[in-house]
Amino acid sequence: MNAVDGVSFEVDRGEIVGIVGESGSGKTMTALSLLRLIPEPGKITSGRILYGEKDVAQMTDEEIREFRGNEIAMIFQDPMTSLNPVLRIGFQVEEAMIAHQRFTNKQAKERVVPMLQRVRIPAAKDRVRDYPHQFSGGMRQRAMIAMGVSNEPSLLIADEPTTALDVTVQASIIELIRDLSRELRAAVILITHNMALVASLCNRVIVMYAGRVVEEGPTRAIFKNPQHPYTWSLLRSMPRVDEKEKERLISIKGLPPDLGKMPPGCKFHPRCKFRVDRCFTEEPPLAEVDPGQQARCWVLMKNIPDPEAQAKT
Amino acid sequence: MSAQAAPTAATDPTLKSPILRVEDLVKYFPTGSGLFGRSVVHAVDGVSLAIQAGETLGLVGESGCGKSTLGRVVVRLLPATSGHVYFKDTDLTKVRGEKLRRTRQEIQMIFQDPYASLNPRMTVGDIVAEPLRNFGVARGRKAEQKVQEVMRVVGLNPNFVNRYPHEFSGGQRQRIGIARALVLNPTFIVADEPVSALDVSIQAQIVNLMEDLQEKFQLTFLFIAHDLSVVRHISDRIAVMYLGKIVEIGPSASIRDRPLHPYTKVLESSVPVPDPDIEATRKPILLKGEIPSPVNPPSGCRFHTRCPIAQQICTDVEPPLEMKESGRFAACHFAGQL
Repeated sequence: MNAVDGVSFEVDRGEIVGIVGESGSGKTMTALSLLRLIPEPGKITSGRILYGEKDVAQMTDEEIREFRGNEIAMIFQDPMTSLNPVLRIGFQVEEAMIAHQRFTNKQAKERVVPMLQRVRIPAAKDRVRDYPHQFSGGMRQRAMIAMGVSNEPSLLIADEPTTALDVTVQASIIELIRDLSRELRAAVILITHNMALVASLCNRVIVMYAGRVVEEGPTRAIFKNPQHPYTWSLLRSMPRVDEKEKERLISIKGLPPDLGKMPPGCKFHPRCKFRVDRCFTEEPPLAEVDPGQQARCWVLMKNIPDPEAQAKT
Repeated sequence: MSAQAAPTAATDPTLKSPILRVEDLVKYFPTGSGLFGRSVVHAVDGVSLAIQAGETLGLVGESGCGKSTLGRVVVRLLPATSGHVYFKDTDLTKVRGEKLRRTRQEIQMIFQDPYASLNPRMTVGDIVAEPLRNFGVARGRKAEQKVQEVMRVVGLNPNFVNRYPHEFSGGQRQRIGIARALVLNPTFIVADEPVSALDVSIQAQIVNLMEDLQEKFQLTFLFIAHDLSVVRHISDRIAVMYLGKIVEIGPSASIRDRPLHPYTKVLESSVPVPDPDIEATRKPILLKGEIPSPVNPPSGCRFHTRCPIAQQICTDVEPPLEMKESGRFAACHFAGQL
């Protein structure tokens, strides 16, 4: 089975790229392959992951270890399961710095409190001695971010960093990620199912469906002028908090395909309201639709005269 | 006290035919013994509200605010500590025996996790038919027919009656949960986070289904969720909860345009919208501190420890949930001033 199939993209320093998709779309697997962390028996069967000039897929175990610790940081959805419950927060942040040998033990110790302050943990001096259970969900996520950025990585991968958090806490974590990306001049990859978060944080968006990139482009283009029917429908299936008049949501019928039973042709065609004959048999390539914007579709939304009406039928 | 009692959220004069009235409802959970004797979680602490027949009241709040507990006490899955829940004219906190059974047929619940709330060893047909048997409404052929009819109504293939929950996707499982809730022809349904566990494209299917069912069967919903966007879309009126109390309640559209309680305003400002142009200028109001413990809630207004506009009076005096404008209630000394 191919969980991720022929995915290509680039992220520049200082840029925040969003990878959006529903469960099973391959967004997390894509991120894990960047770190070569795919769970067994999964493996990267083809393709290259270039970090500057180096190919991550070809690195030795020693090289990949160094690369993960010094260049990349990853923030996961559930901070409680990623923190060790029996070790103090401060010790865990310190350990993260020592493990990758960028700092001496003494330097690491001195950096702990400033790191916690940097991620805006109040009363950081007192709270370094706390255990994870004494932290709220939002504070735990901040501690995780502190561990991640303590080595000043150049790439930060955040996998659903706010999904488990309340919306008021989410707002502050998003602000923090935005500020850190600026301060560190790091590239950020935000993996999420939440299109609104992408609109808020990202410069560029990659939309994934069934292990493929179906559309990619600058955030504004993707939201204002989506060309793939999946992107278009996804945006209209979400209720908006600023909704003025109650409009019926456009739902996408059916389910994403099973990895073991991929449909022929375009992988979205069984659920697509705009499909043509060709979609049933031939998979479209990811092709440029506008400068910097690519979509994997034979039809493209700009060629549909009244998509709203057609989608409601 | 004046002779003419001021309207409360339970006696909102703008609601012409309320089907449910909650008055001063309290639910405490004991948490064993604390340092100074027994301590209690003030999960729901003096809640009053009313729900108009045929409407959807959205109940929104962050984790731990007591919204799920409130839903469970309303359907009497949990006993109330004190207060009243009037469904039509029956006090659900007092009624027992045969009358309770009859009233319960009219009140159903839909749960967040459709997998955990369906017995994995029962077929879909049996799951949906179980309420019919429990209440002795129908058996045999008649029950089978009713089950197939309800399955069709919620968009499930009636030929799947002999399948088990694990053979269905999350969205279909939620449809099974809805079918089970509908089979007794209820009038009032409490839906506790019914779409939070579902993918975005599936969420819309279930939201649309609930809207269709409401119209078709004139259902009344109490829709509990943490996601203000979903609540805004589906609800006629919205109640906002914070730390066991309702801080604001009123028509969804007017709350959107002009929230009265500072906490409502903070919530509204925190939710991102899928529009990069709006997001470029939206400034979330960031709250200081953390949500206090419901074991030992703050004095006065419970939001005062985090409120951007709190004054001394907010620490000293608890503001009642009172009608500030027609149909709009807020519990704040400085309503509308943030």
